[in-house]
Amino acid sequence: MLTYVARRVLYSIPVLLVASFLLFVFVRATFDPTVKLRASRDPQAVQRERERLGLDKPVPEQFVKWLGDFVQGDFGHSERTRESVSTMIVRALGYTVQLIFWGVVVSAIIAIAIGVYSASRQYSKLDYTFTGLAFLGLAMPPFWFGLLAMQLLSSGPKQWFGLSEPIFPTIGLHSPGESGINLDYLRHLVLPVMTLTVQIIASWSRYQRASMLDVMSSDYIRTARAKGVPQRRVVFKHGLRNALIPLVTVMSLDIGAVFGGLIITEKIFSVPGMGRLFFDSLLYGDIITLEAWFVVSALFIILFNLIADVLYGVLDPRVRLA
Amino acid sequence: MTPLEPRGPVIAEGSPLGSLVTLPGAGGEVSETVTVHRSQWELFRRRFMRHRMALISIGVLVLLFVLCFGADIFAPYEATRTGVPQDLLLGPVGPSGAHWFGTDELGRDVLSRILYAGQISLKIGLAVALLSTLVGTVVGAVAGYMGRAVDQGLMRLTDLFLIVPQIAILAIALRVFGYKDITVILVLAGVFWMYEARVVRGQILSLKEKEFIEAARASGASSTRIVVKHLLPNVIGPIMVNATLSVALAIITESTLSFLGFGVQPPKTSWGNMLSNAAGYVGTPRAYLLYFPGLAILLTVLAVNYLGDGLRDAFDPQSSH
Repeated sequence: MLTYVARRVLYSIPVLLVASFLLFVFVRATFDPTVKLRASRDPQAVQRERERLGLDKPVPEQFVKWLGDFVQGDFGHSERTRESVSTMIVRALGYTVQLIFWGVVVSAIIAIAIGVYSASRQYSKLDYTFTGLAFLGLAMPPFWFGLLAMQLLSSGPKQWFGLSEPIFPTIGLHSPGESGINLDYLRHLVLPVMTLTVQIIASWSRYQRASMLDVMSSDYIRTARAKGVPQRRVVFKHGLRNALIPLVTVMSLDIGAVFGGLIITEKIFSVPGMGRLFFDSLLYGDIITLEAWFVVSALFIILFNLIADVLYGVLDPRVRLA
Repeated sequence: MTPLEPRGPVIAEGSPLGSLVTLPGAGGEVSETVTVHRSQWELFRRRFMRHRMALISIGVLVLLFVLCFGADIFAPYEATRTGVPQDLLLGPVGPSGAHWFGTDELGRDVLSRILYAGQISLKIGLAVALLSTLVGTVVGAVAGYMGRAVDQGLMRLTDLFLIVPQIAILAIALRVFGYKDITVILVLAGVFWMYEARVVRGQILSLKEKEFIEAARASGASSTRIVVKHLLPNVIGPIMVNATLSVALAIITESTLSFLGFGVQPPKTSWGNMLSNAAGYVGTPRAYLLYFPGLAILLTVLAVNYLGDGLRDAFDPQSSH
């Protein structure tokens, strides 16, 4: 198992290196931080700024210097806030990690439950209902779902019933002055987590249903039944464990999409996480922050893929040997 | 129904004998069997016609296209006609007989604006699908058939794209190239072709080892001929299904980018752009602005997805998903 994990880690290093180089080039080629100085009367100003930022050197040299600093934890200083980029990213990640954690946990539980139910009661009324809902969920832009949820579950009821405050707050993850995991936190989480998960649940539950149907028609399930294993045990022990394997692959491939959904969710519900940091930096043209942002995001996604790979190894022992 | 409509035992469509339909002779005489030859297209058409949701979807899509692109005729008001000053003083005008979907903050009729905005949304969806399918099919076919450098390049490039939040890359690209509808099309197609290419590559990779390709090669067909005449016609199914689905994906992605502030800009309007404007009215009496453009997207994407579903079933009757 350990060698399997080690091999996966080693494989992701070159991928991450190439990705960070390309992202670095992409950001440097796209933004010119000296644009604002062009208008100034001092013709030397642009030149001085370029030298200060090290932009006068060839790009590979810039990258090597940047990478050297990056691996030592020095992400540079933001041009926008004059703050250390690593501080900003750590703060933003604090929020983002909470959303991703709840998002993935909630999606996985609901999707697996729906998938298993639909497969064991194929063509039942509820199965058709779930299928229809999944189609709807996939056809909806997630941000629209978020806005609708905000209107119909938060602002709407507040007006209709004349409440003094909405049941589900729509700004941030805590009310001012609150912290920690408490009722206030959970109420803040409901709408963002719904927005983040609707599309994922729709797609994962379809995969889970298909793979469960596939597994349940295999010979070893018939054997288990023939031996007299109780239905519950056949479904959960023999069926589910094997049916989870394809889902794990899909989950790991979808993590990038989850991150994209996060950007939207954070924007709708004013959560100051990675998504917000991205927009603020993009609109300001803050290349130092953007570069670090991209590489940290890529790192994060790779980490999730790695976790999925390990899970895969746990579920299917054959993978470890391959 | 023609007299040749199959009644008795029918060879499973999609089997190697799929194009032959055997009927028991009239009067049950064993010796007399009628064999009707059906072309692949005819089989495809028959299977497709059986998919009720896909047929309804075609109707819905045709209707949407006619209404949107005929907006000059069908729209009850001009898209840019703003309310006369006293209208504006009235405050929000919700759905009513005069304005089915209400009017927006400038007194413009929402229904008319949805029809005109649909022109841009549908155009973006179709153009992105067409462009990414063309590029993706060519690259995927070359990668799958030739292998080596092109294949390695394609696979590594797509691997890289999987670890970067796509929406971030699209937002930056649009900020750089400008928010015109043509740049939205090019930027979206610039990312979408990779999925198409991966699908085509995978299919070609498994097909090229089959005997009929070997036979073609043995009889002296050139690589181009093998790819164009023998391989591509066999992967037309997955290509069409993917192309259909990417229309839906493009419309959703465009609306998302618009919402984030990186899509088509006013005075041009797309559905996403109308929604991004409506986002400011959540919790106000104008919240109805949020409903209709979203429903337009939902309806279009739902129809396109069902159409894709029908195509998939028709092209590959054995697939059960």
